[in-house]
Amino acid sequence: MSELFTIALLFSAIRLATPLIFAALGGMFSERSGVINIALEGLMLAGAFTGAVVTYEAGNPYLGLLAGMIAGAALAYIYAIACIKFEADQVVSGMAINFLMIGLPAVISGAIYDSSGSTPQIVKEHLLPEFFNRLSLASILAFLLVPLCWYVLYKTPFGLRLRATGENPAAADAAGVNVIRLRYIGVVLSGILAAVGGAYLSIGQSSLFTRNMTAGRGYIALAALILAKWRPWQALLACLFFGLMEALTIQIQGVFKMPSGEDIPVQFIQIIPYVLTIIVLAGFIGLSRAPKALGIPYRKEK
Amino acid sequence: MKILREILSPLAAVIAAFIVGGIIISLIGDNPFHTFYLLLSNSFGSAKDIGWTLFYATPLIFTGLAVAVAFRCGLLNIGAEGQLYVAAFATAWVGIKFGGTVVDIFGKKEDWSWMSLPAILLVPLCILTAIIVGGLWGAIPGILKAKFGSHEVINTIMLNFIAISIVSYFTQYYYKIPGDPILQTAEIGKAAYIPQLNEFLPFIPKDVPLNVAFLLAILMCFLVYIFLWKTKWGFELRAVGENASAAEYGGISPQKQIIIAMTISGALAGMVSIGEVLGNRHNFYEGFSAEWGFLGIAVALLGRNHPLGVFLAALFFGVLLRGQIFVDAFTPRVSKDIGWVLQGVIILFVACFQIYARKRGKV
Repeated sequence: MSELFTIALLFSAIRLATPLIFAALGGMFSERSGVINIALEGLMLAGAFTGAVVTYEAGNPYLGLLAGMIAGAALAYIYAIACIKFEADQVVSGMAINFLMIGLPAVISGAIYDSSGSTPQIVKEHLLPEFFNRLSLASILAFLLVPLCWYVLYKTPFGLRLRATGENPAAADAAGVNVIRLRYIGVVLSGILAAVGGAYLSIGQSSLFTRNMTAGRGYIALAALILAKWRPWQALLACLFFGLMEALTIQIQGVFKMPSGEDIPVQFIQIIPYVLTIIVLAGFIGLSRAPKALGIPYRKEK
Repeated sequence: MKILREILSPLAAVIAAFIVGGIIISLIGDNPFHTFYLLLSNSFGSAKDIGWTLFYATPLIFTGLAVAVAFRCGLLNIGAEGQLYVAAFATAWVGIKFGGTVVDIFGKKEDWSWMSLPAILLVPLCILTAIIVGGLWGAIPGILKAKFGSHEVINTIMLNFIAISIVSYFTQYYYKIPGDPILQTAEIGKAAYIPQLNEFLPFIPKDVPLNVAFLLAILMCFLVYIFLWKTKWGFELRAVGENASAAEYGGISPQKQIIIAMTISGALAGMVSIGEVLGNRHNFYEGFSAEWGFLGIAVALLGRNHPLGVFLAALFFGVLLRGQIFVDAFTPRVSKDIGWVLQGVIILFVACFQIYARKRGKV
């Protein structure tokens, strides 16, 4: 078993955790402002697709990343209008965004590249750089983002107002906080960060966009955020844990056998994070308390 | 007046979605009218077209009803996909174990079954399995919500992942015929097959897999309607959905209703496997669901969580699913994924219009 827990496994876990960290931190801004963000999946896809297309066309991953962030922000803005202005059910409209982003990238890439399954391969020199051959720039950024988000959320007036908006919007409003505007900012921030996570998938981890390439990572990031009880450092740990589980399943597959000589059923490692999320949510490991006003549209008293 | 208003907002959402879709198609450089013509016109022309449309609609009626029942109790069941996965595997398992399945492993025959029940026992047993297993899987998030207050949305998403992993484990290691490159179980016994409609309706072509599950789906629409609006249990379930604390004040236990609603919801989702496992594929195949569990959300929402609405919305999505194939084949640029775009936009608009109309009404 000792050859399983190697430095390679650690790096693999970090690589796999990176998109989750971005998306979970993004989700944190949205949910702390009081807007549920099940749309993380679709927002990641927006970043992944736009990032891949622009990087391929421009030959520059930073332009791709920027374009992905803009796409994520734009899509999140649409989501925010539905949730905040029209007071639509946040989970339902989040699912709508996810449906839309299964289809839209495929339709566009089908039209411009004549292939609805994937975008063209990007040459290695145009991908986000990796250091020491295994640590991506994106991973470093993800780690740096955690203390930054912590600082913004807990040590700035903006963070205080954002949290107040998610906990008690009426009181925040009475204290002069623009609840509606803060929620828009929270959701758009989540779109930008989730899109960075998605873009890392298509222009860092791999070299093209494939249909539905996030494969549920948006939902997993949301689960990590809940496991972390909506706090940044804990979210980092949860994402690393999820990344480690995924790395383990990849590492084990076909290589390691049980003492009896049978395959180790990776499916049982795969489900650990999900089972754990359910257990934590049920309150078995400390109480998981969501922001009080999460999911409730705010309407100013007239 | 009320009926008109009920129809108006879904209709407006559909029209708005087609406008947005049309703009996207024009930007891509195709003709939106031609695309929509292909999308909508290939579903009614002949018995074959209608048969396929109804076949595509069948699983969506079940999942649409599943989501609608949960919605009526104030719950959002995103777990229909997981529920129909476990139910489909369990149904196939019963069909193998009690259906006398003998598999051919590299030329060697091997009996995988325990016994060989006659159709009159095996079919009901398989159907009951689908309902019970789907219901039990649906009950889990219901119990978690009722006992611990944990949110059903996250739990059902997690349970989807868990369901698919567990089922693929059993398929891969125990019920896949060795050497089969596809992740699917062996076939169920012939006695477990349910009839295709073309067996007694000769005008339906032989290659259309529409089966009696469609009739069962219509029956379920009636039963769900009667349950929700004509029984005390249905009334209590809806009372909790309307206002949980008022219902509790009136002596109804929201906890109990939440568990009941999620169980019924899961059972309805599980019934998808009747048409697919017993009526169409005759095995469990890992990718058998075309995201029906998730499409059920769109169907329920568009159908205003009413069985008749669900039926009509499922037919509409059946038309889209049938038409997508023609869009893919006969337009220069647009791919069938435009269907996903339309679905996404429709849900978004329905969600927005619904609340906005109510808000306007109040002020």
